[in-house]
Amino acid sequence: MNRPASRLPAIVEQHQKEVLADWLSNQASSGALRAGRIQESQLRDESQRFLALFTKAIQEGIEFETRGAQWADIREFLTELSRSRATQGFTPSQVATFVFSLKQSLFKRVNESLKSDPAALAGTLWDATIALDALGLYTTEVFQQAREQLIARQQEELIELSTPVVQLWDGILALPLIGTLDSERTQVVMENLLERLVATGSSIAVIDITGVPTVDTLVAQHLLKTVAAAQLMGADCIISGIRPQIAQTIVHLGIDLSSVATKASLADAFGLALKRRGLGVGRAATPGA
Amino acid sequence: MERIPILKLESFLLVSIQVDMHDQLALALQDDLTQKIVATRARAVLIDISALEMVDSFMGRMLGNIASMSRILDAQTVVVGMRPAVAITLVELGLSLPGIRTALNVDAGLALLRAAVERPDVLVDGD
Repeated sequence: MNRPASRLPAIVEQHQKEVLADWLSNQASSGALRAGRIQESQLRDESQRFLALFTKAIQEGIEFETRGAQWADIREFLTELSRSRATQGFTPSQVATFVFSLKQSLFKRVNESLKSDPAALAGTLWDATIALDALGLYTTEVFQQAREQLIARQQEELIELSTPVVQLWDGILALPLIGTLDSERTQVVMENLLERLVATGSSIAVIDITGVPTVDTLVAQHLLKTVAAAQLMGADCIISGIRPQIAQTIVHLGIDLSSVATKASLADAFGLALKRRGLGVGRAATPGA
Repeated sequence: MERIPILKLESFLLVSIQVDMHDQLALALQDDLTQKIVATRARAVLIDISALEMVDSFMGRMLGNIASMSRILDAQTVVVGMRPAVAITLVELGLSLPGIRTALNVDAGLALLRAAVERPDVLVDGD
């Protein structure tokens, strides 16, 4: 596009102070402070830095390119801002509004300066719109990335937390499963269980599915895989905690669990495990008798 | 040619597989083992695979063959020391080694075999 040099940089530089003041009052009135989540002084500081970086960037080249070197500083600043806002609980549109709200005060000054020259006015407004829109969208993008990282981390933590293997007795392990079983979790559960079997030298594992909300063919297949792997290592599995509805579902789906011992409650399964180990629980002799 | 050693302990034979199996080695092992079972009148065979980090379908079939051959010669077979990763791989491959009994370690395997040899009706085949 071949057109005269943009007058935006000059206008912004000349009216930086007024633009900043306008922008701040706009933000304050539109509720950008979000009921005290950030301090006014912090917002002022951030706005000032953004405007300074923006001024510097457009002076070096008005054409916005996401990868352009002159936009590197401002991108870095927005990345930081967006991430900190994401953790403070702001919504993406509130973060993007931080950038978009600059338009109003900026356009006002541009309008005043170029009243006599409609062509230049339109061109300048277009330049400002392009640059600010791109920056606003960029904040949304970063915001989303930050949230996705957060979710991924929480998922990992959940997986780690949700698969404890506990030792019930010498040679008897229990694996209380809570939550839905998918392939990824089954893999983690299986590895955990098998490793604990080796570490403790246990020959019986009780898999308790009381906390598994639904059992479908896939979940059953995952369970049977775990049982088969444990059997290959020389350990027996007992599945416990099968609720009435789940027992019905299993039969209706035609899932064959006959290769595994199943019990309704963990207590029953523990009793069976003790029996298989040749152990038993009895009442202690009455004290004093 | 390299061979896998077979040790005799009481009335059992111990085999510890510590190298990757290939056809020749597997055939040699089957040959040696059957001869040794007959020669020593062993009642049971214990195969330790704790050193193996990888087991493929060939290995699975070979273990199954050894177990079948031993059974024909009236000897029980138990495979011990399978690593978690190996067990997972075998299950994912759909190989659950039917007809082979397993135990966590050599101790557990020996206890299992002693029980099976004393009371052969209790634990005849694997699950």
